[in-house]
Amino acid sequence: MARRAGYKRYTRSTAGNILFFFFLAVAGIFCTLPLIYSVCTAFKPLDELLVFPPRFFVQRPTLENFLQIPALLETLRVPLERYLLNSVFISVVSTVLHIIAASMAAFAFSKSRVKGRTVIFLIIQFSLLYNSTTLGLPQYLIFSGLGMIDTFWVYILPAIPSSMGAFLMKQYMDASIPDTLLDAARIDGAGVFRMYAQLAMPMCKPAWMTLILFSFQSMWSVVPGGTIFKEELKTLPYALSSIAQGGIARAGSAMAATVALMIPTIIVYFVTQSNVMETMSTSGMKD
Amino acid sequence: MQPRNGLKRRVGLSENASFYLLMVPFVSLFFLFTILPVLVSVILSFFSYDTVSMPTFIGFDNFLRMFTEDEVFPKALVNTLKFAVITGPFGFMLSFILGWFINEFSRGFRSFLSFLFYAPALGGGLTLIWSVAFSADSYGYVNNVLMTLGFTTEPIAWFRNETYNTVILMFVQIWGSMGASFLANISGLQNVSQELYEAGALDGIRTRWHELWYITLPSMKSILLFSAVMQIQASFSVGPTITALAGYPSVNNSVDTLVPHLMDVGTARYEMGYAAALSVFLFAMMAITRVLIGKVLDFFGK
Repeated sequence: MARRAGYKRYTRSTAGNILFFFFLAVAGIFCTLPLIYSVCTAFKPLDELLVFPPRFFVQRPTLENFLQIPALLETLRVPLERYLLNSVFISVVSTVLHIIAASMAAFAFSKSRVKGRTVIFLIIQFSLLYNSTTLGLPQYLIFSGLGMIDTFWVYILPAIPSSMGAFLMKQYMDASIPDTLLDAARIDGAGVFRMYAQLAMPMCKPAWMTLILFSFQSMWSVVPGGTIFKEELKTLPYALSSIAQGGIARAGSAMAATVALMIPTIIVYFVTQSNVMETMSTSGMKD
Repeated sequence: MQPRNGLKRRVGLSENASFYLLMVPFVSLFFLFTILPVLVSVILSFFSYDTVSMPTFIGFDNFLRMFTEDEVFPKALVNTLKFAVITGPFGFMLSFILGWFINEFSRGFRSFLSFLFYAPALGGGLTLIWSVAFSADSYGYVNNVLMTLGFTTEPIAWFRNETYNTVILMFVQIWGSMGASFLANISGLQNVSQELYEAGALDGIRTRWHELWYITLPSMKSILLFSAVMQIQASFSVGPTITALAGYPSVNNSVDTLVPHLMDVGTARYEMGYAAALSVFLFAMMAITRVLIGKVLDFFGK
């Protein structure tokens, strides 16, 4: 930030700064209220959950709701650790494969002149706009034709070609990688794969860091549909969703499960976003 | 960029072949798991298909049915357009403006601030908190406050009240929409070259508004297109949030939109052909919007 201080004087008025800050503070608190409420509720003892008039904050926080979760899940046929392991495995593998496949394709869409790249890219972009409700049936037929019903593939394979990832990476590469830089790399004898791995990817770190978050978050919340029947292949959100069916007496534990399930996503959020922001200082190297 | 003449390439593979290789994993899986199902769905829209008996070809009957027989469709169409026209542009602008504001602060504070706005998009049923806040009985926070302050003596059933439900649901929709486009904007803003800002200051840019118009927005053009497409997708597909809070069907279909309607037709009534036709119709509306937005962005980006 020190580097920016010199010019900041000219374009930033104090009144404007105060206005911005006020706006952000109000909007930010407002946006976060439901999250704060969830965390508070997860720590509320039963009598506070039912109290009238309703209270927003927790008065006497307790871990009871969290400690009850294992007992509530004893009826499940598979131990809780198995669901957890499944979710971790699916989320990590899909995310890694998605980032690699999407960024490779985006590099070709953005920086090559191969035939058909524009058409394929437009199809990918527009496919985002097709509602997925009626795609379930044909997808089921494809999985069953490939013999993939009741395997981890039904989670992982469709997540790899997620259109949003290729779209974001392509737009980011258009904006951030100057063609002159690639020309310079070509003169140095770099091939396409080296330009992709050693030039494009480091320069697009903010984009794929953000994609890691999107991909992890969506895979972490995956609940198996009609393509998984074996209990030992089902996911953690599926297992925890059974708690919420227990009515008001389990409202506290249901909220505790929700909050616990959110923790990995929040960790991934802060790890990836702090990397997005970090690149600021090094982005001066381009051009 | 083609390799220049006279430059010897070290690898045997031609540059174009290497680029094709980079596309293969994504494009082949994309074809298998997205294009193929979409094609099947589009073809099904011309059939009558109940998922049990063989599909029968009925031409454009499914599309005619929307306007002639389906009583929910006209209402759902109007509601969808209402939501799209208001939450779409508003969400688009807000996701940029918030990202731009946040970009003023130091790194650690920035990721904290952006977390506040991203929090609603964390999922995990946070949306359902609004059903507690706007609960129809006096246990609901909003009713409780209004009754304590004497604004009303009877609790208001917010989601069943046609005067309030649209506004509340639009508000919840926007609240939860600082997701993909918001973070994409933030990552894009990291990439606007500092040299451009410094050069701008030397060239006489004195206010942040000029800086925004002449430097930031032009550098963000391609990310803004991404953000626009994500907002089109989200704002025309409103539904799951509405169903979770107001139910489906809602009172007098007052907040029913196309996505819950086609889900109802397809997954509850097993009329897959008609559901597919509704999907095609919805897609056509979004695609037209996308083309128009592209023209507008091109116009401003000269």
